[in-house]
Amino acid sequence: MITVNLVIMVIYHIISAFVAFVLLFSIVKTKNAQEAILYCIILIPFVLRVLHIK
Amino acid sequence: MSNKFLKNVKIIALGITIIVIFLAGKAFYEHRYFKGAVVLGPGVTEVKTLGDYFSPLKGSINDCNIYILDSGNPGGTIIVIGGTHPEEPGANLTAQLLVENAQVEKGRLIIAIWANRSASTVSRPGDAYPQFYHIPTDWGTKKFRMGDRWANPLDSWPDPEVYINYPSKQMLAYMDIRNLNRTWPGRIDGTLVERTCYAFMELIKKERVGLFIDLHEAELEYPVISTIVAHQKAQEIAAMSSMILTAMEFDRPIGMEFSPPALHGLSHREVGDHSDALSLLFEAPEPFLDRVRGITDENLLLTGKDPFVMKAGKYGLLYEKIDERGWPIEVRVGRHTSTILQVIQTYSEIYPDKAVFLSQVPRYAEVIQNGVGHYFYNPAEAPTDRVVYE
Repeated sequence: MITVNLVIMVIYHIISAFVAFVLLFSIVKTKNAQEAILYCIILIPFVLRVLHIK
Repeated sequence: MSNKFLKNVKIIALGITIIVIFLAGKAFYEHRYFKGAVVLGPGVTEVKTLGDYFSPLKGSINDCNIYILDSGNPGGTIIVIGGTHPEEPGANLTAQLLVENAQVEKGRLIIAIWANRSASTVSRPGDAYPQFYHIPTDWGTKKFRMGDRWANPLDSWPDPEVYINYPSKQMLAYMDIRNLNRTWPGRIDGTLVERTCYAFMELIKKERVGLFIDLHEAELEYPVISTIVAHQKAQEIAAMSSMILTAMEFDRPIGMEFSPPALHGLSHREVGDHSDALSLLFEAPEPFLDRVRGITDENLLLTGKDPFVMKAGKYGLLYEKIDERGWPIEVRVGRHTSTILQVIQTYSEIYPDKAVFLSQVPRYAEVIQNGVGHYFYNPAEAPTDRVVYE
């Protein structure tokens, strides 16, 4: 059970890191200022999650 | 929209994002890695950790300190645990007060201040919980970490769809797999909190604990409040203690309730069922936990005064009385210390061969008069080998 949980946790962090990367990429690529601000706000919890802080 | 404007917006937004991440991350990090000092009182003869009783827990977040106060004189062994739910500060403050003050004249006393330490490393920002609270002492202010009811998801995740308690197979809410008072008697290969309970059961068996006491606080909307919940093996002790305390000491009564035989996972049921120890659980009122509360801050946590909870009481919606006096932390801790002393005295009278005699533990009236902080000592003035951190 512990092993399964650990594997899921690792996969979850990889997914979080991927989403954070996609958001960063979208911030750079977007032509819309409002979207850029929105992506920045969404990015915050993903970064904290990847850093294992919250 | 010009490219230059767009670029500036992006740079400013990213800059603000980095600042917010830094500030939020710093606050969360400081809370999670906060170390609270515990000054070992003259009664403490040894400090072990929970991992000493179950090695897979060694070095984990829940490898909490186990304080042993051994009189050297033959007698019984009693364990008191605080911090099962770290959002109930009266419990861990009482446990720490015992560590810093109690002296044992006969038998042994074992104490855990933070039974579920992982749960003390997470709070509920969405419910406006403060991260820390501060207790005034004779030498300054002592800072304590405010926690939650459940272990930190950073330490135990994911939760199941439905939590099935082991070995009873009773179905419970999913998040209660992280609730130390739903996972007894624990599981050797379970999740963090199940293993923590398993380690405590190993401790109880290896140290031949005769009486187990689990300290709690409860919202006034909850029917199990101001009471001693007793396993059937401990009903005499609980009944006698509640009568004596209500008649002789407390201005607001303390009751006694039986541990429901079919309600599994709770310490008062499983410790009694799965070991030789008699198990009891104490509940003191904590208005901070009530859902109808108003401003949720450190003041409410420590004074227990809230006009909304009082109003709910006027409409008969509560199971405990509340007035303008509130339920200050001194009253809650004082009720716990007196209940512990009374229960131990009654236990020692009923089982003289397992008697435990304590001294230097303040009773209800003394804690109210002097304040909780009076019983905490300055770690800066204590010998370094008599200070440990949780």
